[in-house]
Amino acid sequence: MSVQTAVATDVVRMSGVTKVYHRDTLRIPVLDGIDMTIREGEFLALQGPSGSGKTTLLNLIAGIDRPSSGSIVVSGTDIAKLSESALARWRARHVGFIFQFYHLIPVLTARQNVELPLTLTSLSRSQRKEHVATVLKIVGLEDRMDHLPRQLSGGQEQRVAIARAIVSDPTILLADEPTGDLDAKSAEEILVLLERLNKEFGKTIVMVTHDPRAAVRAHAIRHLDKGVLD
Amino acid sequence: MLHILALTVRNSVRNPLRTTLTVTGIAIGVIAFSFLQTVLAAYYFGLDASSPKRLVARHRVSLFNLLPLAQAAKMREVPGVTQVSYGIWFGGYYRDPTQFFGQIAVDPQYLDLYPEFVLPPDQKQAYLAEQQACIVGRKLANRFDWKVGDKITITGQIFPGDWDFIIRGIYHGNQPNTDETSMFFHWKRLDEWLLAREQGSQVGWYLLGVDDPSQNSRITAAVDDLFFNSTAPTLTETEKEFNASFVSMFGSVLTTIKIASGIVIVIILLIMANTMMMAARERITEYGVLKTLGFRGFHLATLIGGEALVVTFLGAVLGCAASYGIVAMFGKAIEMNLGQMFPVFELKPSTVALSVGMALAAGLVACLAPIARSVRLPIAQALRRVE
Repeated sequence: MSVQTAVATDVVRMSGVTKVYHRDTLRIPVLDGIDMTIREGEFLALQGPSGSGKTTLLNLIAGIDRPSSGSIVVSGTDIAKLSESALARWRARHVGFIFQFYHLIPVLTARQNVELPLTLTSLSRSQRKEHVATVLKIVGLEDRMDHLPRQLSGGQEQRVAIARAIVSDPTILLADEPTGDLDAKSAEEILVLLERLNKEFGKTIVMVTHDPRAAVRAHAIRHLDKGVLD
Repeated sequence: MLHILALTVRNSVRNPLRTTLTVTGIAIGVIAFSFLQTVLAAYYFGLDASSPKRLVARHRVSLFNLLPLAQAAKMREVPGVTQVSYGIWFGGYYRDPTQFFGQIAVDPQYLDLYPEFVLPPDQKQAYLAEQQACIVGRKLANRFDWKVGDKITITGQIFPGDWDFIIRGIYHGNQPNTDETSMFFHWKRLDEWLLAREQGSQVGWYLLGVDDPSQNSRITAAVDDLFFNSTAPTLTETEKEFNASFVSMFGSVLTTIKIASGIVIVIILLIMANTMMMAARERITEYGVLKTLGFRGFHLATLIGGEALVVTFLGAVLGCAASYGIVAMFGKAIEMNLGQMFPVFELKPSTVALSVGMALAAGLVACLAPIARSVRLPIAQALRRVE
């Protein structure tokens, strides 16, 4: 395994990244020569039409997909070169992922959902409990800890998902259409929360969004079209 | 890991209807498997009850050929043989030819070779003192509601005629697998019948007592060598081998039962495989989320395999509990009506352990495909979002 060290303030450095999918004999290029740098504390919005490769790009940064070529250095580690097992450990330590449809585990309470990533750490039960209480307070759901996802509104579910994403204090927060399934009021609350995480807690955030109102909250907006970044 | 285990248990009951149906299906499979295994165990019960300290010498040609009583004296001289007794199969019936049970004419020492037969001393004395006396096993006595002192008539088929007996004793076994369904009476009485027809003193088999089972192969060879060139050559074997030759007569029946048991296991496996495939397919996105959070293949394997184990265990426990009731209910009727074939028909702890073990093994095998699929499936595909 080869590990490269990036510039200290660069959380993500992508160079010459391509991604090609193969379906039967069909070759589908999705990303074409992506070069991008994301600095620590940056709030970046990725926009582009459907099929432009936004989610694929986000997945590559998160280490849940692998590039066809090129290198992706996140927090000093070339993640394209990690084994599956090492990549899983790396994700647990460095990535907080927020999904459009929240993807909470329906049979676990809000507290247990948030605690899930911490079960992979060496924290004691009391430390985990403390961390969970802290992040649920940050997202304003300290009074909903023992509710199951089905007992929460969409906005509340997404806030639990955000709490789950930040509970292990990851290097980078990746949000894939975090407001895509929410009404305007809930969407606004989520965007305010993300802004707060960025400003108050210095979290580096990359957000894929179709929503122009969401994109303007970011420090920078990058457009992706047919796999090419502007 | 704690949460994975908690999640495993909760996933197991996440779809109550499906879980109930699956558990019921497995329970029915376990009942069928336990019942078939109990039938098999009943067939083999004689083997389990055999003692290595007893050897059986019969006619080399077949059990239907009788042996001359004169051979007994020579057998007593074989080093290692401590006791020689003998018996002969009577083959009669009580009232109705379908009311079958075993009647064996034996010499007075025969019972000494069966310490597992427990007979009160006064009853034994009464039996030995009277030629018309007989003793019967407890289950046989219960079957016909016989009491000590009852007079019974057995109609002989091999030795024709109505034979009257007085029950002087009821024995019971001191082991759970001891046969309590037979009747014993005095060989001397049968011998007199044979002598009256100028057939000479004969026995169906000799029962030899030995002190040192490690010498059995030498003793059996020595006994057979004694009569190798006689008109009544013997085949001497351990009691277990002797009983096994009876079991082998039911070879095709036993094979069928074993195949049926295997089919039941396959059915359990298919039930579980279907359930686990459905469950894993429904939760594929969750597995993708867990992987995104940093959970690895073995976590998913624990989650899916654990769910399969919980469901199969519930089914196995329910099935075994029901099996106890069912075997107990049918067991009595089977022992009453088919006592000679199945003297002991009960669910043994080893059968329960085997049933649970096979069900759990089937559950684990059933979840291998869903585990492999879930572990191998790329996260991005599991999340169903590819732009």
